[in-house]
Amino acid sequence: MSQETLRIQKISGHAGSVPGDDMQREYTVCKLIDTTTCIGCKACEVACMEWNDLPFGETVFDNTYQTMPETRWNYWNLILFNEHEREDGTLMWLMRKNQCMHCADPGCLAACPADGAIVQYTNGIVDFQQANCIGCGYCITGCPFNIPKFNPLTKRVYKCTLCADRVGEGLEPACIKSCPTGCLHFGSKDDMKYLAEARAKQLRDHSNFPKAGVYDPPGVGGTGVIYVLHDATQPELYGGLPSDPHVPWSVKLWKGPLKWLGNVAMVGGLIGLFVHYLRFGPKSREEEFEKKHEGEQP
Amino acid sequence: MTAPEHREHAEQRVPPGRILRYSFRERVTHWLAGLSYVYLLLTGLAFWSPWLFWLAILLGGGQISRMLHPWIGLLFFLAVLLMYALWASQMGFTDVDRAWFRSMRHYIRNEDEEMPPAGRYNAGQKLLFWGFFLCGILLFLSGFVLWLPEYIPWSLRWLRYIAVVVHASSALLTIGLFMIHVYMGVFAERGAIDSVIYGDVTEDFAKRFHPGWYKEMFGSAVRRK
Repeated sequence: MSQETLRIQKISGHAGSVPGDDMQREYTVCKLIDTTTCIGCKACEVACMEWNDLPFGETVFDNTYQTMPETRWNYWNLILFNEHEREDGTLMWLMRKNQCMHCADPGCLAACPADGAIVQYTNGIVDFQQANCIGCGYCITGCPFNIPKFNPLTKRVYKCTLCADRVGEGLEPACIKSCPTGCLHFGSKDDMKYLAEARAKQLRDHSNFPKAGVYDPPGVGGTGVIYVLHDATQPELYGGLPSDPHVPWSVKLWKGPLKWLGNVAMVGGLIGLFVHYLRFGPKSREEEFEKKHEGEQP
Repeated sequence: MTAPEHREHAEQRVPPGRILRYSFRERVTHWLAGLSYVYLLLTGLAFWSPWLFWLAILLGGGQISRMLHPWIGLLFFLAVLLMYALWASQMGFTDVDRAWFRSMRHYIRNEDEEMPPAGRYNAGQKLLFWGFFLCGILLFLSGFVLWLPEYIPWSLRWLRYIAVVVHASSALLTIGLFMIHVYMGVFAERGAIDSVIYGDVTEDFAKRFHPGWYKEMFGSAVRRK
């Protein structure tokens, strides 16, 4: 950060342009997962636990190669397996590495009420700051990918950080480093998008996957994790990847119009009552009432 | 609408010229609801807007507020149920109440002599009661989902989506009711706040604001010494 702010923008008495200008790009980082070359070895799962110092929990066997049904507060990277039968009767073994998608428009962040508990860095990484987390779980409601997980012991929520600590030091995330087939790539969003589209074109043109494509859902503003899929028209086949994810409409309603309506009503109500008191005051004092009803028997 | 209610608590000594309006049990229930509601209101507003998050800091921090809010919520819901047991039978809307609503502009302008004779509770108070009762149930149901969101499976996530909107909307409705209730009780109707602390009101208060109730207790022409 400090190095970035001290980069020279204008320079006095210098022949030519600013030295080093245009040499560095502003990166939005991105992870590219090519599901067509994933072999399901789970090296990324192990690397994630290693680097992030996560204790291993019990696995759940469900007749597939999947380690457990879904990610956990201490298991941020999980390969989902699906045995898919194609129309021609042949079998496809679909494997998708699942983790936080690092949305450009993160629903978790929109729903979070705690000051500074969720941040999005300028490089696009969405990160939870557990010190500020109050454990309300609104992020769980805001996320369209079922990623944030609650730890009942610490009462805080955890998820993949895209190895923000490594990326900040110029390293690639631990999962990328561990991948033996090269199905995982890491770089700028532009580069990864280009690489992904090139691979999808290759699959369409040369590998008999006419529906191959890139998953970078616009409903959440695009994601910091993108996929190459054999069949981009049916992302649900890949462990329930939503075809059109977006921040839930009720969360948008709650954090948008309802909030404004509520605030205006509350402030308006207070002002209204105050003005009423100034205009009409308290209900008639007892002497006045007695005077009006003098001689009357109820 | 029972005079026996009054007699039952006749042991409480009431100063001359005053009438027992709220029994000890009613007062305790009211303040159980009131105090728990204020805590829920303050912590709830902290979670509602970042501009009010300082309320949570003031009340011991965000984590403590988040942990206690559901438990105090249970206490509030218990109070709502107790209030239902105490008062629901007296909260039915009558023809007088319908006439009362039609004359509301007089009530707002403090022209109380123009109002139809309210019973122990006027129509506005009945509306407050039912408003808090219904919102209390909605807040309890939606609050339960928000309490333990991690136990709601992904396939039932729509429960969470509904809960956040229902919880916020019904809370906002109660805030409106609460503001009017506090304004009426503390500022507008002199003697109302005392009645729910000490239990008694002046005879004038009863005659002025709840003539129907006064009549029920003392008969139309009989004036208690």
